Amino acid sequence: MPGPALTNLKRVLTLPRAMLDAIVAHARRDHPDECCGVVAGRDGTATRMFEMENAERSPTGFTFDSAEWLKVYRDIDDADEELLVVYHSHTMTEAYPSRTDIRWSVNTPGTSWLLVSTREPADEIRSFRIEAGEVSEEEIRVT
Amino acid sequence: MAIEVRIPTILRTYTDGQKVVEGKGETLAGLLEDLDGRHPGLRGRLVTEDGGLHRFVNVYVNDEDVRFLGGLETALNDGDSVTVLPAVAGG
Repeated sequence: MPGPALTNLKRVLTLPRAMLDAIVAHARRDHPDECCGVVAGRDGTATRMFEMENAERSPTGFTFDSAEWLKVYRDIDDADEELLVVYHSHTMTEAYPSRTDIRWSVNTPGTSWLLVSTREPADEIRSFRIEAGEVSEEEIRVT
Repeated sequence: MAIEVRIPTILRTYTDGQKVVEGKGETLAGLLEDLDGRHPGLRGRLVTEDGGLHRFVNVYVNDEDVRFLGGLETALNDGDSVTVLPAVAGG
């Protein structure tokens, strides 16, 4: 018998408080440009985060610097860890995946897309799974 | 001696799950043609219809992004190491 559709399962992203705080601090620091980075994990548990250079240095887009991405990818792979989260900020819009985000997310299947909005009046942090162009929000649980 | 090519997880469907494959070529374009013979479809994920490198992937020769070398015309030598990674970007 087939199980329930994946989209009906309530997903949860669990992150240590210090890591979430560091991601928000990174977003604030790079504002008004978008920030970006990744969280690595093992068996679904977050282990390390990497603040990445936004090669675009842009308020409307981000691209991982290719040389830095190679180093980080190799570091994660060598440690037998996995890519758990791709994070970035939106500086003028809400913390919700843009059409560009949805298009690019096919490159990182199985990862959470964590978004921080640094627009006034308050920071907003939300996390999503994007599968086959479909966006579903997941709960962020802080430990 | 051949050229070692490291394949990222999302493209291993084209290499029967293999993380590293080997190929031959005097340029990156030649290497991708060679690989496509044994791993059909792989080249199509890296090269666009008009013959450029797809912007959704990064290809490195000895850890240098080929966009800063000669792109698909980057010369290869025996023993070189090629790494393919998905590019990560958004808006």
